[in-house]
Amino acid sequence: MTLLLHLLLRRTPIGWLQLMHNRMRLVAAVAGIAFANLLVFVQLGVVASMNSVIYLTYTPFRTDIMISAPSPQLFGGALLSRRIIYMALADPGVADATALHLGSMEWKRPGGMSKVLIVYGMAPEAGAFAGDTITDQQLAMLALPNRVLLDSEFKDVGKDGSDMAIKQLSPETPLEFEINGHAVSAVGSFKLGSGFGYDGALFMSDQTFQRLIPERTSGTLSHVLVQLKPGADPALAVRRLNERLKSEHVQVRTAAQMIADDVNYMNTEAPMGIIFGIGVFIGIFVGLVIVYQVLATDVAAHMKEYATFKAMGYPHRFLLGIVFEEALIIAFLGFMPGVLLGSGVYQVMAMATDLPLGMTPGRALTVLAGTFVACALSGSLATLRLRRAEPAELF
Amino acid sequence: MMSRGEPSIRLESVNHWFGAGETRIQAIFDASLSIERGSLTILRGPSGSGKTTLLTLMGSLRKVQEGSIRLLGQELRGASQRSQEALRRRLGFIFQAHNLHESLTARQNTLMGLQVHGPGGDAARQNAAVIHILEVLGLGARIDYLPEKLSGGQKQRVAIARALVSNPEIVFADEPTAALDKDAGLHVVRMLKALGRTRGTSTVIVTHDTRIIELADRIITVEDGRLLPG
Ligand SMILES: Nc1ncnc2c1ncn2[C@@H]1O[C@H](COP(=O)(O)OP(=O)(O)O)[C@@H](O)[C@H]1O
Ligand SMILES: [Mg+2]
Repeated sequence: MTLLLHLLLRRTPIGWLQLMHNRMRLVAAVAGIAFANLLVFVQLGVVASMNSVIYLTYTPFRTDIMISAPSPQLFGGALLSRRIIYMALADPGVADATALHLGSMEWKRPGGMSKVLIVYGMAPEAGAFAGDTITDQQLAMLALPNRVLLDSEFKDVGKDGSDMAIKQLSPETPLEFEINGHAVSAVGSFKLGSGFGYDGALFMSDQTFQRLIPERTSGTLSHVLVQLKPGADPALAVRRLNERLKSEHVQVRTAAQMIADDVNYMNTEAPMGIIFGIGVFIGIFVGLVIVYQVLATDVAAHMKEYATFKAMGYPHRFLLGIVFEEALIIAFLGFMPGVLLGSGVYQVMAMATDLPLGMTPGRALTVLAGTFVACALSGSLATLRLRRAEPAELF
Repeated sequence: MMSRGEPSIRLESVNHWFGAGETRIQAIFDASLSIERGSLTILRGPSGSGKTTLLTLMGSLRKVQEGSIRLLGQELRGASQRSQEALRRRLGFIFQAHNLHESLTARQNTLMGLQVHGPGGDAARQNAAVIHILEVLGLGARIDYLPEKLSGGQKQRVAIARALVSNPEIVFADEPTAALDKDAGLHVVRMLKALGRTRGTSTVIVTHDTRIIELADRIITVEDGRLLPG
C-alpha cells in the first residue's frame, strides 16, 4: 500500500503513513464512513424498492394514456364518471377506452390475521388493456362471476391449511375463500408482489369488482385507460383530451407521465419518501462530520510539522495534498466495509419484508463517488486550519 | 540571480514591528548588515533582543515591513509567495524544536528535504544522499527508526540532516545546541564551517555557546533590537 501510494503520488505518502501511525483515529474515521455508507445504502435501497414497487402496480394493465382525478398516485384519486369514457372515444386519435377499477380489500386469515390486498377490476372483453402478466385465457375465465386471479407472490396461502401452491391454481383446482363477506374462487395467478401498505393483489372483472364492493356502482371508475390509433402522437392526444375534458375535473397523462408523477410523489411528498430522504441526508451529514472531526484533529496535531514543511519551501498546496490524501484513503477504506454491510442488510431486509432489495453496481458506485466527494469536502474544510501553519513561529 | 561578489544576505535599514495600534512595539531598529558567502556568523545578545526576529526576516519566513533585505540576490520586500518558496528551498533551517514528522522514519524525514525540489528526482541517488548525511551525523544505525524510537539528541540530528541534505546555500540555526549535547553541537558547527570553505555555504547561528563562538568568522551582538558595531 505504501509503495503503491508512493508511485501514485510520486512522493512519500505522508497522509497514509500518518493515518497508519494513529490507528485509533483511522479506525474511528473508517468506522464513521462505513456507518454513514450503511445508512445511505439502506435509505437508497428502500427508496429504490419503493419505486420499483410503484412500477409493479402498473403492470396488470397496459395503456397509452390515463385519464384520472387530479392526483399523483395510482391508488388514492377520486372516482370518475363513466361518461368520460365516451367523451374520450370521441377523440379522432383514440382507438379504444375502458374503465379501470382500483380498490383494496381485507382478507381475514385463519387465526385472526388479516391481509390487505389491492384489487384491480377490468372488463374481460377489453383484453387489449390487460398487462403482460395476465393471459387471454385467464381473462376469459374471469368472465364468470366471483372468479379472481391471486397474486402469485402472495406468501400466506400455504398457512391456510389448504397447502396450495398459488402457481398451480386453475379452474379445476381453485382456492375458495371469503372476502368482504363474499365467497370468491381464485382460478389462476398473476405476478405482482407486496408493497408498502399491502400484502398482495387480486385481479378480477369489473362485474365481480362491483359485486365485492357494492358502493362502487357501475357509474364510477378509478381511471380511464386509453389506447391510441397506430401513429397517433400521444402528446397531441393528451393535449386534445385535456381540452375536451376541461370541465370534468380530470387530469390526462401518458402512462409514463403518470408513473413518473407517482414515483416523484413517493420520493418527495409521501411521508415515507420524505423520511427516507432525510435518512440519506443524515447519513451524509454524519459522514461529513466524522471525517471533518478526524482530519481537523489530525491537522491540529501536526501544525508544527506542517509549518516546518512551509519553512522548507513546500507550497501550501502540498499541505492540502496531504489532507486530501488522507480524506480519500478514509473514503475508500470506509466504503469497503460499508458496501459489504449494506449488501448484508439488504439480504436481511429482503427476507424480512419481501421487498425487492439488493445491492446494484450502479448504487455502489454512486455511493462510492458520493463518499469521495463528501470526504474531499470535509478535507477541504479541515485544511482551512492549515492557514495557521506559520513558519515564522517555529523558532 | 546572484553575482559573484554579492553577499549572501544584505540588510539595509530594516525596521520591524509586532502588533498594531496601541500595542504596536518595534522589535528591530534600523538594521543594516551584509553576510558574506561561505562565512559563519554568530548572532548573540540577551533574550528578547530581537535575534530570532532578525533570523526569520533574513530567512524569508517573515514579511519585510520596512527597509530592504536581499537574500541570495533577490529582494524580499514585496516578494511573491512563490518566489519566497523558491528561495526557501535553497536554505536550510535548524529549529530549536526538531519538528520531525512522527509518522516518518529518519530516512523519510530527511528525504523531505530533497523531495521539496519536486518529483522526478533520481530516487536511488536521493536515497544514497540521505543515508550518507545520516551516517555523517552518527545516525547510520537509526536510519529506519521513527522519531519516537530516537533520543532527543538523535531527533535533533535528523532535523539537521533534513536541513543539510539538499546542500543549502545558507543555513539558519536558532540555538541549535539547546537540544544537542555540547560535543554533537560542536561537531555540526564544524561541519557547517567546512561546508563554508568547500561549497561556500553561509551559516547564521543564534547561540551563546562559547566554543561555537570561537569558530565564528563574525559575531554580531543584538541589543534592544539594534545591531551593535563590532
Ligand atoms: N510573534 C510576536 N508577537 C509579538 N511580539 C513578538 C513576537 N515575536 C517576538 N516578539 C517580541 O519581539 C522582541 C524580540 O523577540 P525575539 O526576536 O524573539 O528575541 P530573541 O530571539 O532575541 O530572544 C521581544 O520583545 C518579543 O517579545
Ligand atoms: Mg529567540
